[in-house]
Amino acid sequence: MRIRVLTVLLLLGATAAPLAADARSDAKKQVEFGITVAQRGLWREAIYRWERAAQIDPKYAEAYNDLAIAYEHEGDLEKARVAYEKALEIEPNNALIKQNYELFKEINDRTTRKDTQDDPGNQNP
Amino acid sequence: MTPATRILSSVAAILVIAGCTNYYEIPIETPIKPKLDVSAFQRVLVAGFLAGGTDDVDGNLETTRLLRSQLRTKSELRVIDTDVLPLMEVAAEAPGTPEVKAEPARPAPAADGAEGKEGKDEKAAAPKNEPKGEAPQAATPDKAAAIKDSKDLEPYEHIFADVEYWKKIGEEYQNPLIVTGTVMFTPHQRSGIVQREEEVYDSFGRRRVVPVRTYMERKGYILQPKFIFIDGRTGTVMHSENFREEVLYNANQSTPALSSYFELMDRLIPSFLSTLSSQKIKGTRVLLQ
Repeated sequence: MRIRVLTVLLLLGATAAPLAADARSDAKKQVEFGITVAQRGLWREAIYRWERAAQIDPKYAEAYNDLAIAYEHEGDLEKARVAYEKALEIEPNNALIKQNYELFKEINDRTTRKDTQDDPGNQNP
Repeated sequence: MTPATRILSSVAAILVIAGCTNYYEIPIETPIKPKLDVSAFQRVLVAGFLAGGTDDVDGNLETTRLLRSQLRTKSELRVIDTDVLPLMEVAAEAPGTPEVKAEPARPAPAADGAEGKEGKDEKAAAPKNEPKGEAPQAATPDKAAAIKDSKDLEPYEHIFADVEYWKKIGEEYQNPLIVTGTVMFTPHQRSGIVQREEEVYDSFGRRRVVPVRTYMERKGYILQPKFIFIDGRTGTVMHSENFREEVLYNANQSTPALSSYFELMDRLIPSFLSTLSSQKIKGTRVLLQ
């Protein structure tokens, strides 16, 4: 009985790795295509591709990074923030994602200060 | 970890990652929505400001002129070109305001002068229904000189809450968005230790630049504007924003007050404009594969 359970577990382990690799490979194709269309200015198509990539492989930090950039370009700062944070959750030490996020934050902080009326904290330093 | 080590390590980290990842730099333009929904307005009236501080710059006239000119080129709203409202005098005559020393009031020229000839301008006559029967006049420099700091302006600020007054102005100009507020532009000086770079030459005649800490007397200006946006249809305040900018120069340097005023206004004009119109911020990001 134990041998049978072990065999099943080993089989599962052996098949899971190629499945994950397949998912990453499929997601990568979407990301690649997204980059190509984004470079031509077709950001909506790029968003569709990168969203697909993130669905196929939810652990693909690069897809979330690219998605965040596209949302930023579309002016959807809230979605961009969520996507950057997801990318950094998966790869907290990725310096390129961090760099993108820092640049995004500068803009985002500027717009979130806007709603304060007659607020002394609203003063520029 | 020193800042230099930190920068070096982050550059190294980027290089390592860049070595393993395909990445593409891409220019982006992030659209920023205006802070205020001004879609209900087709026209904007920069009415005038309560101003004080140095008497070298007429804060009311200069601010009105500058904002009108900026809005004319950088917003979709049509700018109403008319005389500047003498807000200080209007406020001074309203009940509950401390008495202001009477000065012979001079009519203010149209704030835009010769430059107000662009297509988006709307020439308008001075309001006929000036409260308390006054004709539009600019605050005289003498009056402005009496206002030395923001606290001196407070007794006049009730004018911004005078819904009836602004509603009348709104009716006169066909319900525009009204921009008004306060402007304090005050001289300022500060002394202390500052770090500056100095050229030195060693015994071989080689030039080096070294940081030197010295005691310096510096003087300059502080600009504290408060922009108030009023709905010309209802006379109510829609939004207001406070800013503070300062500039200091070497005490030996002689910089005209007006030039400092424009230097400081330049810094906050983008924020002012982003209240009314959408802006696009250009930048570069890195796409990863």
